[in-house]
Amino acid sequence: MADNTTPAIELRGLRKRYGSGDTAVDALKGVDMRIAPGEVVGLVGPSGSGKSTLLKCLGAVIDPTAGQMLLGGEAIFDEVWKVKDLRTLRRDRIGFVFQAPYLIPFLDVTDNVALLPMLAGKSNKDARRRALELLEALDVAHRAKASPSLLSGGEQQRVSIARALANNPPIILADEPTAPLDSERALGVVKILNDMAQQHQTAIIVVTHDEKIIPTFKRIYHIRDGKTYEE
Amino acid sequence: MISLAARDIAHSWSKYVFTGIGLGLLIGVTLSMAGIFRGMVDDAQVLLRNSQADVWVVQKDTQGPYAESSSLPDDVYRSILGMPGVQQAANVTYFTMQVQHQGKDIRVMVVGFKPGQPGAPPSLVAGRHVTRSHYEAVADVKAGFKLGEKIRIRRNEYTIVGLSQRTVSSGGDPMVFIPLADAQAAQFQKDNDAIVSGRERTAANPAFNRPNVPGLLEAVQMSQTTSHNVNAVLVQVRPGWDAAQVAADIQRWKHLQAYTYADMEEISVKKLIATSAKQIGLFLVILTIVSTAIVSFIIYTMTLGKIREIAVLKLIGTRNSTIAWMILQESIGLGLVGFIIGKTVSTLWAPAFPKYVLLLPLDAVLGLLVIVVVCTLASVMAIRAALKVDPAEAIGG
Repeated sequence: MADNTTPAIELRGLRKRYGSGDTAVDALKGVDMRIAPGEVVGLVGPSGSGKSTLLKCLGAVIDPTAGQMLLGGEAIFDEVWKVKDLRTLRRDRIGFVFQAPYLIPFLDVTDNVALLPMLAGKSNKDARRRALELLEALDVAHRAKASPSLLSGGEQQRVSIARALANNPPIILADEPTAPLDSERALGVVKILNDMAQQHQTAIIVVTHDEKIIPTFKRIYHIRDGKTYEE
Repeated sequence: MISLAARDIAHSWSKYVFTGIGLGLLIGVTLSMAGIFRGMVDDAQVLLRNSQADVWVVQKDTQGPYAESSSLPDDVYRSILGMPGVQQAANVTYFTMQVQHQGKDIRVMVVGFKPGQPGAPPSLVAGRHVTRSHYEAVADVKAGFKLGEKIRIRRNEYTIVGLSQRTVSSGGDPMVFIPLADAQAAQFQKDNDAIVSGRERTAANPAFNRPNVPGLLEAVQMSQTTSHNVNAVLVQVRPGWDAAQVAADIQRWKHLQAYTYADMEEISVKKLIATSAKQIGLFLVILTIVSTAIVSFIIYTMTLGKIREIAVLKLIGTRNSTIAWMILQESIGLGLVGFIIGKTVSTLWAPAFPKYVLLLPLDAVLGLLVIVVVCTLASVMAIRAALKVDPAEAIGG
């Protein structure tokens, strides 16, 4: 059972090897990471350092080769996946925010957010109520019925944050969420992430190259040659 | 759970509708082809039904009078009338010719019949039946004549006194019914030069031109200019008698060919239009394959255009079955839009076809089922592509 000292996400010696034999590439060479609930950390590193691989492992879309991954104290990976259904794991326990918002263009703003609770089995009414709460909190409720294509970049990113929070996951993975935004909006998104992390006790890992926002993180993990170093 | 397919269709409805129109026109052509085939079969059947006969008696060793030519002496019907089980027997002639109406050529089948006997036109839609022995006619409305108009058949003009409907030959040509004697004369009528030439040839024959037998030459010449042949004798059997047995008796005792309704249906529907049926059948198969290919291509292209969205949907936990169902629904939806447009246009343009197009509700239902199957098959390629999408594609490129 998780308590207050239990990290939201913990990685122990996580490794990922692509290929085999002479052509094998070790993308992750034993990553250790520990993030508490409500904490927002930065993950910074040059291209090819293993950021995307780490994010994909954390997002349960590729299989790590070795190591451990614990979510809320529960081992979800220990040399092999400990959960049978990775799709359900992603849906219920991991939120995603992408570099581009990647909202579903044929759903309106509300349904983009409500889709996750609906996929989790909530009624349309409850799912939409939850979506509207989040849109309200993120100050985009006035665009609830709009098509995503009619929203500004900042508004789209706020909707994608609302979508990531929709099932109240313990962890959110944000892949360069401020890349397409100017400084003001980028800092605004970081503030929102911090507020949401505090409000929902969600651990947020922000992968970024963005020099403007790096100083805002209390903790930063640097990744280089497949290994992480905490700053 | 919201319908992702319905939302996607609503989002890009114009693309969907325009694609549906294109597919609909193709489906319309397919339904029309089926209608043309049905029309051909119906034309053949309606010809038999309108004859009001149970048995067709024709020249021995022929499949007349519709599939092959047949010629019988016009007094054969008397001996047939004396056969057991025969209630009515009537001579008929059939020949196809071009007639003029308002400066246009119209191909018609001229039927010679005796009023009140088998072979007479069935119920009329306007006017009255032929009551005089000569120069009156009943025409099918499709021929375009109006009551009181004149129709010229060979050398004589006939007044249209009645109009019938769906009285056509197996080829779909409208029928014109005239008195039997007129039809016999018209069918075998020679031109003047041929008559003069024939008379001279007969006069030159000493067997017919004997000085000591007055009147012989004139009698022979008269017999050569008049026709005493018909194409068939239509027989109605008495209630309770088996038409097949009556036909067998006529065949056995009169040395003629006799066909029952089933035999004639076999000749008219299965043999006479067999090649056309195969032609249309092959065309329908090709159209179905083309439709499948088009729907496949459209759905596949539409799916490829949503690869990123599909990756995101999979990443956030959407089931593969939900994504496959969305693509399948869109494919079937496209088929349904196409079907509605296709059914509408095929119904609208059917009367413009020169030949009868019979659009049966059953064919429409069958067409709908084929479309659902075709769209299901067509979505397979797109579903495979969607299921292959790696959710990792949504992260970091």
